[in-house]
Amino acid sequence: MAYPPQSPAGAPTPGGEGQSRRSFLRTSAVFASGLAALAASLAPLRHLEDYTSLELFMQKYYKELTPEEMAKVLQRIEREVERQYGVRPHVRDLKPMNGVEFAYAHNLTRCIGCRKCVHACVAENNQSRTPEIQYIRVLRMPHGTLDVDKSEHHYDPKLVPEKGYFYMPVQCQQCKNPPCVKVCPVHATWQETDGITVIDYDWCIGCRYCEAACPYWARRFNWTKPSIPKDRLNPDMAYLGNRPRRQGVMEKCHFCIQRTRAGRYPACLEVCPTGARKFGNVLDPNSEVAYILRTKRVFIQLKEDLGTSPRFFYYFDV
Amino acid sequence: MRKMVHDYRVFLWRCLRLAFAGDWRYYAWMGFLTVFCLLGLNAYAKQFVQGLVVTGMCDQVSWGVYIANFTFLVGVAAAAVMLVIPVYIYDNEELHDLVIFGELLAVAAILMCLAFVTVDLGRPDRFWHLIPGLGQFNFPASMLSWDVIVLNGYLLLNIHICGYLLYSRYQNRRPARWFYIPFVFIAIGWAVSIHTVTAFLYVGLGGRPFWNSSIVGPRFLASAFTAGPALIILALQIIRRVTDYRITDRALLTLRSIVQVSMLINVFLLLNEVFKEFYSGNLHVASSRYLYVGLEGHHALVPWIWTAITFNIVAMFLLVLPVSRSLRWLNLTCVLAFVGIWIEKGMGLVIPGFIPTPLGEMVEYSPTLNETLVCFGIWAFGLLAYTIFLRMAVPILQGRVCKANESGPVLPPRVRQPNAAAATP
Repeated sequence: MAYPPQSPAGAPTPGGEGQSRRSFLRTSAVFASGLAALAASLAPLRHLEDYTSLELFMQKYYKELTPEEMAKVLQRIEREVERQYGVRPHVRDLKPMNGVEFAYAHNLTRCIGCRKCVHACVAENNQSRTPEIQYIRVLRMPHGTLDVDKSEHHYDPKLVPEKGYFYMPVQCQQCKNPPCVKVCPVHATWQETDGITVIDYDWCIGCRYCEAACPYWARRFNWTKPSIPKDRLNPDMAYLGNRPRRQGVMEKCHFCIQRTRAGRYPACLEVCPTGARKFGNVLDPNSEVAYILRTKRVFIQLKEDLGTSPRFFYYFDV
Repeated sequence: MRKMVHDYRVFLWRCLRLAFAGDWRYYAWMGFLTVFCLLGLNAYAKQFVQGLVVTGMCDQVSWGVYIANFTFLVGVAAAAVMLVIPVYIYDNEELHDLVIFGELLAVAAILMCLAFVTVDLGRPDRFWHLIPGLGQFNFPASMLSWDVIVLNGYLLLNIHICGYLLYSRYQNRRPARWFYIPFVFIAIGWAVSIHTVTAFLYVGLGGRPFWNSSIVGPRFLASAFTAGPALIILALQIIRRVTDYRITDRALLTLRSIVQVSMLINVFLLLNEVFKEFYSGNLHVASSRYLYVGLEGHHALVPWIWTAITFNIVAMFLLVLPVSRSLRWLNLTCVLAFVGIWIEKGMGLVIPGFIPTPLGEMVEYSPTLNETLVCFGIWAFGLLAYTIFLRMAVPILQGRVCKANESGPVLPPRVRQPNAAAATP
């Protein structure tokens, strides 16, 4: 469809010939200053660096990647991490094991609220240090209640434990019926067969609907570009686990996927000085968690009334 | 076929030209809005580089004024049906020609909604993950995927209806009923759906008792059908003043009765909610306490919500009294209702849902300057879009710009003159 040849693409001719030139100049001047204003308003974009790459932008969804494509993605991540941190990491795509369903049990009688788990988690999982992102929040609860509205988050005594309180660390509860998975508009977060709810950091669009949906305040957002000191980087990484994240995506506790899918305990469990934390395969009747769930008289799923059915259980010794 | 395409292109070209034609007041207004658009764009560019850390949001309060404005504007868009229903279901002649103004407002409001959602995304570069077929669309599980469908569908429906009616008028042809009446009726149902789905976005979250209440949906609709027509009453009077387009007082008073009934229902539903929250006194009342009276020494929202409630109740009384039959009082009432509902639906609904957090932590929220500039930018963009739509629609509806005066394919310079005349009262 040809545009009529008489139709000028340029300026209108509202008057005679003499006016047309002036009006053309005026239109051009307005147009040019408009463009200049637009360019000026977009000037902050000059400071944009390492926001994305063509490879990352075009990358397919995790579940649709073939093994060869996955291998390339892992190489890309290793390359990027090395460029940024000067450390060549080992990034794996660890799959869930057959016959394994992970569960966590936490002994509220033993926990002393020292927050060692909080910091071990940050070190293991390559969370941003400034601003610091923590997956575990320890609540100081007055004796006699499980109402989190009565908890204190920012307790800071010289010595723990304090009289009259018990301590309840809360992290991702790895729900059987996770509200965060349901609400994600792009399937960027899902539950794996071993019970771990994971996030594809390269697929998340950062709408934070999952963060609003989580009843345990377990999800964290990268409000700005994460920063980790080079010498603090943990080079043992997993795609769905502790590889460094980018600005604008969600993250959360993933039961240390890079450890637990390789037969090790989560970092928070290993560091716990009182042995309050127990982790294992609930499908294995000989595992510690299976024993606890079978024999302990009292165990609690936090906010049980919401029907989320956490795989994180709290129990008391007595 | 070729001719049809060509004719349509000429029409679009003339519309585009119209957008740039006007007297000094028009240029001043558009220039003013453009300045705010650019300020907003600049603020957004900063946010794009540094991340959402430049906003007042945090992990505790993870949605703020962006989503608040989005929620409110979905209501404004939905309220266009309040003009459509009287015309197409009750054959109200008074409002007939005004329907297009309402629908154009809906288009502008949806554009603003889409902008507000986009600026709230952490990774706007990955928006394509949301496109069905191309990305991974979590439909029907995620309410956000429903929202993507209903908002974009509503946008297309309204663009089609307005565009077709205007083009028919331009060609001086009777619009073919089968080509727009079915869409009008679909759009009526669809308008209710956009606001219901947006309400369900919140209602569906079991972990947030403040939102997880079945009254949120009905309240959304009642407040939308108050604030939307209130805005249209004001907009129509501005149109009447700056153009010579004839809009009768009776049409405005018809809209008044819509605002009247909606406001009564809105305040009634509010009372229901307040009663349920406070009388039973269970543990889930913390967010409401924070909103209405403050909690544990935190009460940033208390003055806002009481301002909103005062505005709403004053507006309600003015609406039921005969005094609001006078336009001056009606305008005051509309401003009160609009501002009251903006506060209540925006800040009053979104923010307290996060306070206290599900783990009982109290963290307050207030928007930063940068965030506020982005909001102003989007509002300016919406007003700019609406002004341009009206600038195109008014002369076409008046028959000043039509196929008959195309006078050949070259854009006739005379287009400017009737148009300039249109701009002077």
